[in-house]
Amino acid sequence: MTLAKPSIWRAGTLVPLLIFAVFILVPVWGQLTDHTFYVAYFARILIYAIAVVALNLALGFGGLVSLGHALFMGLGAYSVALPAFYGIDNGWVHLGFCLASCALAGLITGAISLRTSGIGFIMITLAFAQMGYFLFVSLKQYGGDDGTSIANTSQFFGLNLGGVYEVYVVSLVLLILATWWSARLRVSPFGMVLRGARQNARRVRAVGFPANHYLLVAYVLSAMLCGVAGMLLANLNAFASPSTLSWIISGDLVVMLVLGGLGTVFGPVLGALAFLGLEEILKAFTDHWLAVFGLVIVFIGLLGKAGIAGFLDSFSQRKSTSARTAQTKGAKA
Amino acid sequence: MTTLVLSQLLNGVQYGVLLFLLAAGLTLVFGIMSFVNLTHGSLYMLGAYFGATAYNHTSSFLLALAAAIGGCIVVGVVLERLAVSRLYSRDHLDHVLVTFGLLLFFNEMAQIIWGTQPYFLPVPAWLDSTVNLFGITYPSYRFAIIVAGLLAAVGSYWLIHKTRLGMLIRAGSVNPQMIGALGINIKFLNALLFAVGAALAGLAGVMAGPILSVQSGMGEPVLITTLVVIVIGGIGSVSGAFYAALVVGIVDTLGRAFLPMLLREVMARDLANAAGPAIASMLIYVLMAVVLAIRPQGLFAGAKK
Repeated sequence: MTLAKPSIWRAGTLVPLLIFAVFILVPVWGQLTDHTFYVAYFARILIYAIAVVALNLALGFGGLVSLGHALFMGLGAYSVALPAFYGIDNGWVHLGFCLASCALAGLITGAISLRTSGIGFIMITLAFAQMGYFLFVSLKQYGGDDGTSIANTSQFFGLNLGGVYEVYVVSLVLLILATWWSARLRVSPFGMVLRGARQNARRVRAVGFPANHYLLVAYVLSAMLCGVAGMLLANLNAFASPSTLSWIISGDLVVMLVLGGLGTVFGPVLGALAFLGLEEILKAFTDHWLAVFGLVIVFIGLLGKAGIAGFLDSFSQRKSTSARTAQTKGAKA
Repeated sequence: MTTLVLSQLLNGVQYGVLLFLLAAGLTLVFGIMSFVNLTHGSLYMLGAYFGATAYNHTSSFLLALAAAIGGCIVVGVVLERLAVSRLYSRDHLDHVLVTFGLLLFFNEMAQIIWGTQPYFLPVPAWLDSTVNLFGITYPSYRFAIIVAGLLAAVGSYWLIHKTRLGMLIRAGSVNPQMIGALGINIKFLNALLFAVGAALAGLAGVMAGPILSVQSGMGEPVLITTLVVIVIGGIGSVSGAFYAALVVGIVDTLGRAFLPMLLREVMARDLANAAGPAIASMLIYVLMAVVLAIRPQGLFAGAKK
């Protein structure tokens, strides 16, 4: 990948940049035509893309197959819902709750989960997310199974995140920042250690880096960013329910990431757009879209290619394709 | 009070043996083929649907059992040949993706074929009574589940420790390449194991049918509890799965039944009413976290690996 010239004219960079340009135009178009539905729909794509950027940090860079990231999305959502339930609409309080709870949950579950690897790690992250799910289901005073609607959405200096356009713009800015940050992080020494740990943790340790500490930091950072996505989602829907913590959401995030391109910078955006776009298209044809969608996921998994980002890159760098697929295959679970 | 505790204890054992039926197949697939199989819950669901359909057509519970087990073996073998066997050499992420997709597919297909309404599988008439155990009356059907589960446990112990096939399975869990090199058809062995796991899942599904409602998505909660069982018992260990399943079944059942009551003794009623169910529902996950913190390889795992 380092062989490629860092030019924006490569398909792998150009297409995502064009997509970002479209994202910027969506609210303008929405204002002109008064189509709030599509603005909300694209806001959902942006928010999921932020969550997938977060997952990419743990799974794409660090190779930690987490099937429990819905836990952090749910914690983020309830960081808005619970204070709002008691009439607190200060966005900074929401954000503080969100970051603190996700960091704490990420630290505890990450430290325990990292004691195992491979299949064990997958199952344990899944089980922890399920534990959070059942916790919120059993909290009957906050709606339990049915969830709770949020009357007081987050307020930042007079900016109310409850508005569709407000949450859209904030999500877009955050997504751009998160994508830029993950691009920087990917090539930073920290990112290098993570990616090294994904390929061969033992060797990274032998070089003198405590691989598990790095992975734990990545996991906690990932949890916090994912929580922010959950917070935005709760504001967009003005609603939080345990279904945000459902493990199907965790699975969806993993599918989005693999579909977009594991460990790539633009993969999360491409994956979230493709996933939610395909979902919307299939829904237009049949009520039983999940049956078709499930099979699509099976084929994506069976093909095991480098995702959409890899497909776009293949236009400009045919030669290093084999190297990249080898790298993707080397992803240590 | 004692009778209440005893009958809840029996409920816990009954839940535990159901979990064991699922965990036994899954832990073998995890441990021996190193394959993450999220569709195991779907096989359980399909078993329940196959059984319910057969019962509605024939009114025979034995035929329902046969349909559930047979149907799940067929689905399991097709699944293994078409998708799973292509993935053994790939990394776990691909396993997760493919089985996750299959799970969504099976859930949706169940809705298309059997509708969104829950299906009911009645308790067979010859088990629709109570038995007297140690002075307490207990539903015969639940007792039958315990007996069937224990029989399955003894059967799988016998299969794994006393037969040639079991020897190959144990050898395969230690070094699959080596037994392949010794001329054993490892592909056939894998398919067979997958089919055995599917059959046990189907059996669990049809037996759970009269207790729970048969509906799309019924497999996921039990799948995740089964994962907890496997983590506690140690991946790949069938006897570990058996003990862990009983522990999880009993802890979960007793926790849900008595924890709110116990909490009311020590704290304010309102708080206890809120916290009791919340803590009870998290109990088995806390148990798993504690086990992992102390013994990451699982409580009952052998020294291998």
